Amino acid sequence: MKRFIGFIQKEFYHILRDRRSLFILFGMPIAQVLLFGFAITNEINNVDIAILDHSKDATTKEIIAKIAASEYFSIKQIIPNEAAIEPAFKKGHIKAVLNFEKDFSKKLITENKATLQILTDATDPNTANTISNYTSSILKNYQQDLNKAAQTSYKIEPKVRLAFNPELKSVFMFVPGVMTVILMLVSAMMTSISITREKELGTMEILLVSPLKPFQVIIGKVVPYILLAVVNAVVIILLSLFVFKMPVEGSLFLLGAESILFIINALSLGILISTLARTQQTAMMVSLMGLMLPVILLSGFIFPISSMPLPLQIISNIIPAKWFIIIIKGIMLKGVGLDFIWKETLILIGMTLFFIAISIKKYKIRLE
Amino acid sequence: MSIIVKNISKSYKQVKALDNISLEVPSGELFGLIGPDGAGKTTLFRILTTLLLPNEGTASVTGYDIVKDYKSIRNTVGYMPGRFSLYQDLTVEENLRFFATIFGTTIEENYDLIRDIYVQIEPFKNRRAGRLSGGMKQKLALSCALIHKPKVLFLDEPTTGVDPVSRKEFWEMLKRLQEQQITIFVSTPYMDEAALCDNIALITNGKILRIDTPEGIKASFPHKIYKVKSTKTFKLIQDLGAYEQTHSAYPFGEYIHFTPNTTAFRTQDLTHFLKENHHTNIEVFETGPTIEDTFMELSD
Repeated sequence: MKRFIGFIQKEFYHILRDRRSLFILFGMPIAQVLLFGFAITNEINNVDIAILDHSKDATTKEIIAKIAASEYFSIKQIIPNEAAIEPAFKKGHIKAVLNFEKDFSKKLITENKATLQILTDATDPNTANTISNYTSSILKNYQQDLNKAAQTSYKIEPKVRLAFNPELKSVFMFVPGVMTVILMLVSAMMTSISITREKELGTMEILLVSPLKPFQVIIGKVVPYILLAVVNAVVIILLSLFVFKMPVEGSLFLLGAESILFIINALSLGILISTLARTQQTAMMVSLMGLMLPVILLSGFIFPISSMPLPLQIISNIIPAKWFIIIIKGIMLKGVGLDFIWKETLILIGMTLFFIAISIKKYKIRLE
Repeated sequence: MSIIVKNISKSYKQVKALDNISLEVPSGELFGLIGPDGAGKTTLFRILTTLLLPNEGTASVTGYDIVKDYKSIRNTVGYMPGRFSLYQDLTVEENLRFFATIFGTTIEENYDLIRDIYVQIEPFKNRRAGRLSGGMKQKLALSCALIHKPKVLFLDEPTTGVDPVSRKEFWEMLKRLQEQQITIFVSTPYMDEAALCDNIALITNGKILRIDTPEGIKASFPHKIYKVKSTKTFKLIQDLGAYEQTHSAYPFGEYIHFTPNTTAFRTQDLTHFLKENHHTNIEVFETGPTIEDTFMELSD
């Protein structure tokens, strides 16, 4: 046991003295979550718009006030006539113009119908789309209020309820994915590199000619990275809770337990890679190409699995990350318990045992 | 017997690294494995330290079979690989403490054994191993290999890349370790170090040429040997190669070692021949054979 503790202590020296890697290890999760959370997003926020109001009556004023009050838009300009629309767009910062027709109020009352034209700058089609959706939804809201107040019309508005992410916050989708990628990276890549480094530096030769048993070497390598990965998982969850106000509907304990299961799964993959790779470079390439890409592309993190071609859908089944993403989305967003995700959990456990079995079988007690 | 090697052969794909090697090393002996790079020295070390399996033959270290009892061997031997194989990002003391711990001992317990060596690097004990000089690295590596009081010490080219003064010190340390009843199996490409061993094995191309004491090896040299020198060393080698009485001629320090192919050889004949070939400041005199001479003779 003393030998084993001595070995773990040595591992911590390695990790703590390699400042650059340490910085990447802890900086990357934070940077990635913030990046995905803030920058890479399909929400709109404070988009500059202009108003062209031909009626200037009570109704249009109310609608404009509602739009101005929303956090999505900020009204930058009041445009006097149609001719001024194009110059306003060309200046560049205005993304949309709301054009209210003449006698808006009157038409709404007499004809039960009034038209509002939404002109958007479609050079950025995504934003344009989102803007028109958001405006329509504000208008619908207003219309509903109007109907309720008047108590005349029983017109039923179609109401789309966006389950689990009612505000369509993209960060809710990204956090589980980012967490999966980070845990995979820290656990699999770092362990595989740290074992192959011993081979490359020749220190493995001395470790082999010592009373240390193979499993002591492997577990000794793994323990520090389990701790690091857990710290990372906690940081990511805290960030998503407090910075992005992401809910954790299910049990935090279950979330933690499933995360540790996934960490161990990734570590066993890392060990497996290191038993096959001879150099740190190979280990890194295999981890990056063999693990990172499938995790990002095939796990359902960015692209929905159901819209992939069938062969890729089948391949996605052997990627542990896919199952873990299902599990944490379930726990965090839907609040399900183990009774709903036991199948995915069992698959992860099975994969872990499989990787460990191969690693032990492949572990070399001698040089080649 | 501390080390017994019987008919060991080892091949890597096409290359035969070791070809039917046999040798024995009694307990407490300083045994040298002498040969050029690529002779198979490291392969033999790795087989004896249980890192490689031989294709044929058997071997034992302190009575343990290298295949069956590999775990016991790993507990009892100290091994210092040819390449500096310590943790560069750990300090001198941390390296030593780590190796003491994994062998289930402490620095304090076996400090006597390494004191002579370790005192020299102790002033730098808080320095990272990667920032030590070559000589100090060797001393640290030796300390780490010794800290668990091994019965047999395997040192693979411990002095390669080390300055002459440190080399000399290193061999003095080995001599002192020998007094502690530790069997030392050491390899080196330097023939001058061979003379410091009790017994040496000359090895080249995976074959052992001869095993004997350094004196025995020197005495086995079958020819007279002459040192030859002139101002034009390169031309001298070429001319000696063309000389009819030459058996062999190769550079040895600032001289050429020349052996004649006939017992009737007279130095004045050679001097005369060299003068005819426009050499000046010619020196020719008889000398005793060295281990290198025997090695060259045997490996031809």
